Amino acid sequence: MQWETVIGLEVHVQLATKSKIFSGASTAFGAEPNSQACAVDLGLPGVLPVLNEAAVAMAVQFGLGIHAEIPEVSVFDRKNYFYPDLPKGYQTSQMYHPIVGPGEVEITLEDGETKRIRVHHAHLEEDAGKSLHEDFHGMTGIDLNRAGTPLLEIVSEPDMRSAKEAAAYLKAIHSIVTYLGISDGNMAEGSMRCDVNVSVRPRGQASFGTRTEIKNVNSFRFVERAIAFEVERQIELLEDGGEVVQETRLFDPERDETRSMRTKEQANDYRYFPCPDLLPVELDRAYVDHLRDNLPELPADKRARFQEALGLSAYDAGVLSASREMAEYFEVVKEVCGDAKLAANWVQGELSGALNREGLPIQDSPVSATQLGELVSRVMDDTINGKAAKQVFQALWNGEGDSADEVIEAKGLKQVTDTGAIEAMIDQVIADSPAQVAQYRDAEPDKRGKMIGYFVGQVMKASRGTANPQQVNALLKEKLDALC
Amino acid sequence: MALEHADVLRAAHLARLGLDDDEAAHYLDDLGRILAMVDQLQTLDTEGVDPLAHPLETTQRLRADEVTETDQRDRFQRCAPAVEQGLYLVPRVVE
Amino acid sequence: MHDKTLTELAAGLAAGEFSSRELTQALLARIDRLDGDLNSFISVTAEQALAAADRADAARAAGDAGPLTGVPLALKDIFCTEGVKTSAGSRMLDNFIAPYDATVVEKLRAAGTVSLGKTNMDEFAMGSSNENSFFGPVKNPWDRDAVPGGSSGGSAAAVAAGLVPAAMGTDTGGSIRQPAAFCGITGLKPTYGRVSRYGIIAYASSLDQAGPMARTAEDCARLLGAIAGHDLRDSTSVARGVPDYTEELDAPLAGLKIGLPREYFGEGLDPAVESAVREAIRVYESLGATVREVSLPHTHYAIPAYYVIAPAEASSNLSRYDGVRFGHRCDAPADLTDLYKRSRAEGFGEEVKRRILMGTHTLSEGFFDAYYKKAQQVRRLIRQDFLDAFDEVDVLMGPASPTPAFDLGARKDPVSMYLQDIYTIAINLAGIPGISVPAGFVGHRPVGLQILGTHFAEARLLNVAHQFQQATDWHLRRPALAEETL
Repeated sequence: MQWETVIGLEVHVQLATKSKIFSGASTAFGAEPNSQACAVDLGLPGVLPVLNEAAVAMAVQFGLGIHAEIPEVSVFDRKNYFYPDLPKGYQTSQMYHPIVGPGEVEITLEDGETKRIRVHHAHLEEDAGKSLHEDFHGMTGIDLNRAGTPLLEIVSEPDMRSAKEAAAYLKAIHSIVTYLGISDGNMAEGSMRCDVNVSVRPRGQASFGTRTEIKNVNSFRFVERAIAFEVERQIELLEDGGEVVQETRLFDPERDETRSMRTKEQANDYRYFPCPDLLPVELDRAYVDHLRDNLPELPADKRARFQEALGLSAYDAGVLSASREMAEYFEVVKEVCGDAKLAANWVQGELSGALNREGLPIQDSPVSATQLGELVSRVMDDTINGKAAKQVFQALWNGEGDSADEVIEAKGLKQVTDTGAIEAMIDQVIADSPAQVAQYRDAEPDKRGKMIGYFVGQVMKASRGTANPQQVNALLKEKLDALC
Repeated sequence: MALEHADVLRAAHLARLGLDDDEAAHYLDDLGRILAMVDQLQTLDTEGVDPLAHPLETTQRLRADEVTETDQRDRFQRCAPAVEQGLYLVPRVVE
Repeated sequence: MHDKTLTELAAGLAAGEFSSRELTQALLARIDRLDGDLNSFISVTAEQALAAADRADAARAAGDAGPLTGVPLALKDIFCTEGVKTSAGSRMLDNFIAPYDATVVEKLRAAGTVSLGKTNMDEFAMGSSNENSFFGPVKNPWDRDAVPGGSSGGSAAAVAAGLVPAAMGTDTGGSIRQPAAFCGITGLKPTYGRVSRYGIIAYASSLDQAGPMARTAEDCARLLGAIAGHDLRDSTSVARGVPDYTEELDAPLAGLKIGLPREYFGEGLDPAVESAVREAIRVYESLGATVREVSLPHTHYAIPAYYVIAPAEASSNLSRYDGVRFGHRCDAPADLTDLYKRSRAEGFGEEVKRRILMGTHTLSEGFFDAYYKKAQQVRRLIRQDFLDAFDEVDVLMGPASPTPAFDLGARKDPVSMYLQDIYTIAINLAGIPGISVPAGFVGHRPVGLQILGTHFAEARLLNVAHQFQQATDWHLRRPALAEETL
């Protein structure tokens, strides 16, 4: 039987506020345990929450970024359950009236095709603390520093049909939130976490199969692997005549499998009700319009502009708009040199290669965008040739100079375009290579084109790479042919 | 809406209140009578009436995003039953 | 000094007739002598009180005294008080030394008042008799066989017995007004949002409100001025200026329109209470007020709606007592569930458990619409009843409670205890202010007249109550207990 996979994602994004969603405690990562858990975060008797303006603004910005409806009123509810990392015995969340209504996210697949994934809604809530399972005499330690960090939970419709689509969606969300600057998107530190709902159904069947939820999948790669495993597991189960049980599963990256979370608990009953300590959040139109007017250009728009206005290929536009840092870098290079295609080639070629080798993110590149732009300009105005340009790039990368011009000067890489000087070098090479000249002369005229390469190489070598290769080529051909 | 013994045990579990069977039976009796009193609500037609969550229907005031709290861990943990290395201790959590 | 009003004591301090230290010492001695029997205090903080009194005297000497500097009072043990046990009347918090001050406590401290200690109360403010306290019941100073009312029973008894001139209470369904009525003192529940709830241990968040309990309306006016106001730490507190509540106290009542809710004079009302209340209303007529009957047609549904909303909110508010970060923790928990279940079973008393179970049940899947949503709809209808009534009249009047204080141990059945709050509970659902003033006796037991106003009409209520107290002397009567042991 042909099976179709159906995937929906719940993505939790930690918002990059300075203070917590309901208290003035810091959200900084990595502090001493419980040193950033204030009275409100601890749920001490008598404390009360007050909502952080920045968390609201960031949630609305996200909503605007996915062209979602922004309801005028949203309401906080309490989700009641007991867990040691949940200090109040309830999580303040938004069940019935979320801050962001339906919207959509465009994803780009590997073949360059795009697809729209609908977002059901996004809501604000508070993060929980952390349980540390190191051995404290058989006890678990609870650190509540993270408790109260604002989260935006983005709930998709079950619109994805493959692990690749799910990963692309997660990347798209990542790029939107980092473009907006509303999250650092650091998955290793848990700034973005993801629950995956997976089901399979016979191709052509309209109704969904029974789904499982894979909790806390925390990297793009793990999302793909977890889904791949889970889809296979479900299909095998169904083909063996079994049934998929609706349950929560955990992904174990070490064993590359999902497994059922042991739930001896009765089914949860979260007893949602409106939080009586908080009032409805009303967003006036002027406020939302102000946020809309100040929204940065988002990846999808940028990609379209790169293609349409700059004439880049769909692939180049996609790669260069994937992250805000990459796009900003590229745009500076393009601004400085004035040629989008050359700029794109350099950013994706020499620069990306070097970054990948060193495992550096683009914002940590030793070569600044302005430096690279100037370098490209020098290629464009024939100051240096392509080969020398690579040397200049390497020198800048190694910190051997502050600008392309400085390196060109110091290393004497300026391209030689003086015909007389090039001719002198050519004459010398011809004089030094009688055997090769003889071969050239004896060859069929249509084979000579290939053989000229040797002489070009020698001349370039003699010029220490600075001779203009086009000139060298033309003059060599002229001189050699004259010998024939 | 009649209340059953299982309902009391279920509520007790959700609320993490340890109850033995005798206590549950006692509360079943009390809660049954309280619910009977509460069920008078059902005689009132509230079709089309908006629920009222707060007596004053005002809206949420927002706080500026500023860090105003300092580390007071030692003070807050003085009233904690079990802490070690700044962590609150609980019986091992199995995941 | 113990039978003076707070206003008189403030004047005495200002005139230098006695120091705050002398006054504090005298009252501490009186508490020591009398409270063993009454049990109105959970904690007496003599040392902190004397230090505060000395600071007040020093401030006065330096010319920095405000109107309440050096005035002693007590706090219901529901207000978090830094460095002082704050138990909410529960075993759960018997070991809880609050690490911070409630906003009300902070404001009273800033005003220079001297807290003598923390008063007894029904556990987590759940009760109408103060019999639900882990620290034992409180006796009514007027009759030691009677309850003082609840949940602010300790505050009411302490004021009535002359142990303090005033005390802070909280009122979720009548917990200031009913004990004030039972103990023959004046107690004001302000408009919801008028006084910050920050640092007050929550019972039902959309209903809880703190207010003053004292001998006179004038005393309450001074205290309300000190504790009211917008608090950035309480989202539900209201950004609205605080007037000088003493300013309008002397305004004449000629032309005042009083409404008598028909539903507050019906079945279940003790005839002796009714006649005391009607007599009080005749006093108002003699002061130039006009009286008419009005209707609050949904009164009957207030107790059912309250016993959905309050337990639901409480069940969630009390989830934080889990034995992890503060409060009671059971011995040697076998696992996490055992830690929760035993700590909570041991830490909470019967009435608290009853309400947690009730709230958990009504919020659970399948019941939410029939109970919680329905109760909130009814809540709107109840509030509308009051708003409609206040279109026609300035204030509403009636009994604070259908009976005078009942005997300790007399009400075993929870439902009959709940029905006791028939005249006070709707006020919290509507969020309006109400005040109870002494209006006579049935035998030895006081009767309270309840006066209600529209949202933020506290100044008017205090004026109406004060004028009554200028014309009567019920509020000046003192229980024999206090007299005997002078």
